[in-house]
Amino acid sequence: MIIAEMKPIEEILDMIRSYQRILIVGCKGCVAVCSTGGPKEVSVLGSLLRIARKKEGRDIVIDEESLDRQCEPEFVDLAGDKVADADAVLSLACGAGVQMFAERFQDKVVLPGCNTTFLGVTEELGVWSERCAGCGNCILDKTAGLCPIARCSKQLLNGPCGGSMNGKCEISKDVDCVWQLIIDRLTRLNRLEMLEEIFPVKDWSPAGHGGPRKMVREDLKT
Amino acid sequence: MKSGSNLERLLESGQFSVTAEAGPPKGTSSKVVQRKGELLKLCCDALNVTDNQTAIVRMSSLSGCVLLKEMGVEPVLQMVVRDRNRLALQSDILGAAALGIRNVLCLSGDHQKFGNHPTAKGVYDIDSIQFIQMVKNMRDEHKFLNGEDISGDVPFFIGAAANPFADPFEFRVIRLAKKVAAGADFIQTQGVFDMPKFIEWMKMVRDRGLDEKTHILAGLIPIKSVGMARYMRNNVSGLSVPKEIVDRMADAREPKEEGVKICLESIEQLKEVDGIHGIHIMAVAWEDIVSRIVEEAGLMPRPVV
Repeated sequence: MIIAEMKPIEEILDMIRSYQRILIVGCKGCVAVCSTGGPKEVSVLGSLLRIARKKEGRDIVIDEESLDRQCEPEFVDLAGDKVADADAVLSLACGAGVQMFAERFQDKVVLPGCNTTFLGVTEELGVWSERCAGCGNCILDKTAGLCPIARCSKQLLNGPCGGSMNGKCEISKDVDCVWQLIIDRLTRLNRLEMLEEIFPVKDWSPAGHGGPRKMVREDLKT
Repeated sequence: MKSGSNLERLLESGQFSVTAEAGPPKGTSSKVVQRKGELLKLCCDALNVTDNQTAIVRMSSLSGCVLLKEMGVEPVLQMVVRDRNRLALQSDILGAAALGIRNVLCLSGDHQKFGNHPTAKGVYDIDSIQFIQMVKNMRDEHKFLNGEDISGDVPFFIGAAANPFADPFEFRVIRLAKKVAAGADFIQTQGVFDMPKFIEWMKMVRDRGLDEKTHILAGLIPIKSVGMARYMRNNVSGLSVPKEIVDRMADAREPKEEGVKICLESIEQLKEVDGIHGIHIMAVAWEDIVSRIVEEAGLMPRPVV
């Protein structure tokens, strides 16, 4: 899923400083699952902002809404009435959701309440970590199901570098060396010889370096 | 001859070679580079000019190499893939060839997080092994990475790094094999303190016959103080400093002398290791000790081939 974290409250307060009527819109997709931008977080943020603005002596009217998904126009459009009443919309969706909102409501100020951080998994309650860089050309078949593009700090395809120590990456003792994990796994699978071949240079154009990406499925278009 | 460099001639003729590191300044003074060149030119066969080492911005490696070359000292151009994509790497290789640089050391580079611009965007378009392969192809096939022709020669003696002390240990020799297969003519290793581990690694290297295919120069880092020993042990990733070394430095009445002694003992042991063709001395901020070490190791005068 897409992982996001809420922006610091001070930054959000600064963003909405000049507005009196705010609509906070959550998303029940990924950001709800990672407890950042779902209905519960919308409600908590609403209370925090009301209290903060009251302390400043500048009351604020905050309306709340949560949509099934903010990355699809049909769902976003459902918020139309509430959007009309607001000076600005504070979206707690990922960056895609924020932009879909801005696209559907061209004359409305739309603000991001979250920082979209990565594509990842839930390791345990309260812990998420990155797994995919969305590079557009999956190589997991060649790397034992562990991605060096997303998980090696240097995106090495012929790792590990000389900074791998005790299974950890040179940048931090809290970061696993994914190449150690790849080697461990291939050793268990008795396939370590796969790494003896030189992995060729990567084509980064599907990774976004070929310009903004788009997918069109003619068979699904109406 | 692939490059005609002094380092290549010496290593190919079977001479035990000596290289050292000459880091460029955090500024514009050509004198800093020239002073290091003066200090090291008689005791070394070639000098490595580091490339934004530890991700700290310094004068460019290529400029440092040119400054050394102008004074008759042979440089080794260090290049990291952290700061340049395939276009910039190839373009700098062409420029270096045009300027008469004949040795290149292809590296990944320390992560930008360690340096003085930790918020920088790392490039890592290609990795160090792919970089070696690319330079070899430029030299031997006169081809750019995209297959287009290069006009003119690209005569480089291609180097790579090896770190026997990083993990996983068993894979380290495979990684070296890949670098050799990619085209590494010579190897400069991480600083050797843990001699038993290094000797074990070299045995694995010989078992694969890699010492016949590339020239391995063992890295040495002269230690000035117990503080430096501890710092390297605790803070430099991929470096293994055994307790014995730290204790020796802690107990020494004259730490600098002890550091030189440790270094000389290491050289004596390394000379006896089959497949070691030279040493690479990284005396960061202690360049003036190098000539004494080389002299006392019985490696002076440097041979002319």
